[in-house]
Amino acid sequence: MPENSVQAQGDRELTFAQAIREALAEEMRRDATVCIMGEDVAEAGTPFKVLSGLLEEFGKDRVLDTPISEAGFTGLAVGAAMTGMRPVVDIMFGDFITLTMDQMVNQAAKVHYMSGGKWRVPMVMRTTMGATRRSAAQHSQSLHAWYCHVPGLKVILPSTPYDAKGLLKAAIRDENPVVFFEDKMMYKVKGPVPSSDYTVPLGVADIKRVGEDITLVATSSMVQVALGAATLLEEIGISAEVVDPRTMWPLDEKTLIDSAKKTSRAIILDEGYERYGVTAELASVIATGAFYDLDAPVKRMGAMHVPIPFSPPLEDVTVPTEQTVFEAVRVLCGR
Amino acid sequence: MTTITQPKEASAKVELWLRMYRQMVAIRQFEAQVNELYTRALMPGLAHLYIGEEAVAVGVCEALERTDYITSTHRGHGHCLAKGASPDKMFAELLGKKAGYCKGKGGSMHIADPATGNLGANAIVCGSAGIATGAAFSARQLKNGRVAVCFIGEGALGQGVLYEVMNLAQLFKLPVIYVCENNLYTEYTHYSETTAGDILMRATAFGLEAASVDGQDVLAVHGIAERLVDRARRGNGPAFLLCNTYRYHGHHVGDINREYYRSKQEEQMWKTERDPIANFGKWLVEQNAADPTSLAQVQSELELEMKAAVDFAIAAPYPGVDEVAEDVYA
Repeated sequence: MPENSVQAQGDRELTFAQAIREALAEEMRRDATVCIMGEDVAEAGTPFKVLSGLLEEFGKDRVLDTPISEAGFTGLAVGAAMTGMRPVVDIMFGDFITLTMDQMVNQAAKVHYMSGGKWRVPMVMRTTMGATRRSAAQHSQSLHAWYCHVPGLKVILPSTPYDAKGLLKAAIRDENPVVFFEDKMMYKVKGPVPSSDYTVPLGVADIKRVGEDITLVATSSMVQVALGAATLLEEIGISAEVVDPRTMWPLDEKTLIDSAKKTSRAIILDEGYERYGVTAELASVIATGAFYDLDAPVKRMGAMHVPIPFSPPLEDVTVPTEQTVFEAVRVLCGR
Repeated sequence: MTTITQPKEASAKVELWLRMYRQMVAIRQFEAQVNELYTRALMPGLAHLYIGEEAVAVGVCEALERTDYITSTHRGHGHCLAKGASPDKMFAELLGKKAGYCKGKGGSMHIADPATGNLGANAIVCGSAGIATGAAFSARQLKNGRVAVCFIGEGALGQGVLYEVMNLAQLFKLPVIYVCENNLYTEYTHYSETTAGDILMRATAFGLEAASVDGQDVLAVHGIAERLVDRARRGNGPAFLLCNTYRYHGHHVGDINREYYRSKQEEQMWKTERDPIANFGKWLVEQNAADPTSLAQVQSELELEMKAAVDFAIAAPYPGVDEVAEDVYA
């Protein structure tokens, strides 16, 4: 595999997709109970080609093409996880998690608690999120907030190849059901990834950029938007700190609160719907935890409350951009 | 050789018959106590009684090994007991006590017990079909020779996920048997009003081995269950077993006035003519495998055992309030 030769060089750059593939391959080599199932995961390696090459190495018994039955194979994965396997299910588009709701919300999330801690469900659901791919209303949503709402599930939103690999490996080794949201617009983004074995612990936020004047809490692809906006802001003398929670649950509240206390202002950026979404929860954490240090109300920026439209000029205004974040910061800072 | 093994085989058979009789009586006595707990207002919430359907759970579970898996339903006490659960821990769970199978966090509809392969009862109709199929998938992957039985009611035939997992089970040749208990009523509605076409053809359409059986006849259920379990264990794939049975009580313990959906005459007919325990007892006497006195003794022994288990549960302490957030994550 070409990745192996890159890996041999030690310091190297991988795309987001390569980092995910490498995490899966390493965990499958390490643990024979890890298997992958989903629609077109085997020969096709998914429509995004994230899994290309895994079938060749691990065979059809561990990389399983399923029928188009999201509820069925997710439910199967729950039972398999309870009885000795560590399945990783692939839900091609995040919009399709609606079809898995009973299996994840009423089964996977509750089995451990309902059984008084006797049964465990060590499974991972990988799925996608993110708009601006011209895929219209049923292939563009970021619905991670729905799973964040459910006790018993862990939810991960990686923003870099490094985080994606380390968090996915941690998710596979976790004893709980974990949902892993990949922004499909980031699959080709490159970044440094160590060739050594490492994991990124769940529940530890990462400060992606240090700043003094405002905290931009950003998730997934919004981290890149926040970093772009921070560069623009630097030109007008505003120093923005970018904090990436990395996991929605468990949530590293302290890092968010400490950053907001330091800067006294905060904007939350997330590609899910703004109303009743992740931004509300994160804003509440900061508003409560940093109340006496804030110089302005915490602002939220998420997707507009509309189904994602197909037409490019319409779709582009539904999600935060570097420019809209730049403007929002200026207003919040009175500049 | 044959002259020596024949009596042994015969005595093993009688042992199995008497064990199945005892198990059915145990379930009925357990459920009688549950009803009593409800009417005496000692039990929080509701429960769904299995009385009348005992031959299904017992006939099927007697065909399984202890390490085989089952998933159960909201009407699940019978399945738990037949798979080997202890009545005292079950009653404790029904009363929300810490000594219960789930530390009181599950209740009547969520009893689970890894020691007996019980993956858990489920309060979502058809909610465990995926789990049972997944347990069979593990058995295939890990090559441990286990089989999974998915108990469902006929109400589950309306859920799409059942057909998704039957398709998967057949594609992956999984050792899973879907045991459908048709007790005629989907809650308060006769199943004929909710079920179109032919039930078995739904399974045969996917290539599953499918059969139906008199669910009031424990020997018939056991015989066919053995065949399907053996077939699955040998790697020949999933099966669907339709057991025709009847729920003597209401949908749950509080469903007392039922005449708007079924007649008292109908209930009486099943109780007097089709009772799985009475009919099997009569048959055992006819076979000289038991006499009426010994059968009556089984009844009274189990009644006492269940009363003792109830007393244990009533005396057991509740979990501490500080335990409410434990076990959310492993």
